[in-house]
Amino acid sequence: MEDKLVIGDVVLESRLFIGTGKYSDDKMIPKIIEKSGAQVITVALRRMDFEDKSENVLNYIPKNVRLLPNTSGARNANEAVRIARLARAAGCGNWIKIEVISDNKYLLPDGYETIKATEILAKEGFVVLPYISPDLMVAKSLVDAGAAAVMPLGAPIGTNRGLKTKELIQILIDEISLPVIVDAGIGKPSDACEAMEMGAAACLLNTAIASAEDPVLMAEAFSHSVKAGRKAYLAGLGSVSKYANASSPLTGFLDSIENC
Amino acid sequence: MKIILNGKKENVQENITLMDLILSKNLNPDTIVVEYNLNIVKKEEWSNTFLKENDSIEVLRFVGGG
Repeated sequence: MEDKLVIGDVVLESRLFIGTGKYSDDKMIPKIIEKSGAQVITVALRRMDFEDKSENVLNYIPKNVRLLPNTSGARNANEAVRIARLARAAGCGNWIKIEVISDNKYLLPDGYETIKATEILAKEGFVVLPYISPDLMVAKSLVDAGAAAVMPLGAPIGTNRGLKTKELIQILIDEISLPVIVDAGIGKPSDACEAMEMGAAACLLNTAIASAEDPVLMAEAFSHSVKAGRKAYLAGLGSVSKYANASSPLTGFLDSIENC
Repeated sequence: MKIILNGKKENVQENITLMDLILSKNLNPDTIVVEYNLNIVKKEEWSNTFLKENDSIEVLRFVGGG
């Protein structure tokens, strides 16, 4: 069965997006991309440190993988727009993950500033994927603003706490016509699987893989879990009931012997 | 003369271009993006962009992120 994810005008086979932050050694990134099967990968834009001689992260990312630069560091819409334009000028395509954060404790996104930035950048031809709290009204405004997807958080960034916002994410999946990509908070493959079973279009995660003892093996585990969850969603989950329903026939097998 | 490079004051020679500055820092032009007085300047224009006193230059590159 054909089951492709379309973002903007790009058709993707993989529903697992991954980040490139927090690896103990960036040299493992190519292997992680390979084992995760990811076709979309996030990067951040930062001031050059002229003393830092480490390899550019782009050198570890194959050319056939789509870059999704984020606007991390932006505290308002204007800063996000500035970072997005710089990222595009760097020659890595027109996809942008809007991330506007002014709260340093929980790193929760600013919905109002995110909507403003999305509106400006969508008009400039960017494919905009905004990181949001799972708020239906913010998500609806982002649809109107021209976003290509919405990316609600499952739990605060980097916490590995799982789908704490499950009920609210479900509302977005049910009500929003754009792809809903669960971003942030996913800690275990079972979290990603659950998001996909619910009907999420994809999952984006970074810390869960980067902080694993064996990140390459964990990338593979997430690849399987996202696929499993997607198939389960497409298959349609069976109904839930309070009391038992026997899976084997209840006709009296032993009784019939006694009655002979 | 004095310029501001990535937020820090720096003394450079008169009449140098953006390209001269980039090359003096041993940077690979293909892996960076440059903002000159808040305007993005394409690589092709670096050689024609002469720096002036108090210019502000930001040199950025991609790093790992989520």
